[in-house]
Amino acid sequence: MANNYLALDSVFHALADPTRRAVLQRLGTGPATVSDLAEPFDIGLPTFMKHVGVLESTGLIRTRKSGRVRTCVLERRKLAAAERWFDEQRAIWASRFENLDNLLEQLSGDERET
Amino acid sequence: MSVKPDLRFDFVVDKTKHSITVKREFAAKRQLVWDCYTKQELLDQWFAPKPLTTKTKHMEFKEGGYWHYAMVMPDGQEFWSRQDYQAINPIDGYVALDAFSDETGAVNPALPRARWDVGFTDLQTRTLVTTVVLYKSAEDVQKVIDMGLKDGLASTLERLDELLLTKAA
Repeated sequence: MANNYLALDSVFHALADPTRRAVLQRLGTGPATVSDLAEPFDIGLPTFMKHVGVLESTGLIRTRKSGRVRTCVLERRKLAAAERWFDEQRAIWASRFENLDNLLEQLSGDERET
Repeated sequence: MSVKPDLRFDFVVDKTKHSITVKREFAAKRQLVWDCYTKQELLDQWFAPKPLTTKTKHMEFKEGGYWHYAMVMPDGQEFWSRQDYQAINPIDGYVALDAFSDETGAVNPALPRARWDVGFTDLQTRTLVTTVVLYKSAEDVQKVIDMGLKDGLASTLERLDELLLTKAA
């Protein structure tokens, strides 16, 4: 439990960067090698490897090396935790606003009667 | 109950600016919507999502004043918060500092506070309310997410959803 909490700690930080988000999006379509992932970006490989390192240390991706090729795989469950929180927030606001619709309707009706 | 008109609802998370922007239209005049956001007896009737209810302990809607309230579960479990009002421009908008608190109104110092910027705009017969919830950093959002998923309202609602699914099955 404690481990899980620590690992979650930097997921949001990892997601705050556009390059890392693009990498995750690409990995959503399937595993890819580091060189394939780096190709669309106009940044040096050492910098790109730092992004990969952040994603791996937060548990958002796994990597494995075979010979000289490193392949990255998306860890969907980790990503899901943060997305789940946003979904819940959205649901809270939606429900709250439905309450307000009903209250406004009731109050508007009262206004017309008086 | 009349059929609801198609009311715009946007919920946008900006991860680079660590903010959430919520836009919603209401089929009512701006003054009435403003009242619902700023008067205790009205806030208590809508602010908590179903099936929770809202309970106010203190409300003083003025700059430097605050709203101290709880969202209450059907089983009695309470989630206390407070909003400190920093700037008020009737009936255009207000700025508040949101916080997790306890029943006495003491702010939980371990959890980050978010700035709420709430704006009210006329749209012919409707009113558009824009709420920007702004955190200081990505780390702050992560703290709130971790708390929410562990012991907060989000996890509670999720358990409730599961319970309802079980009962429906």
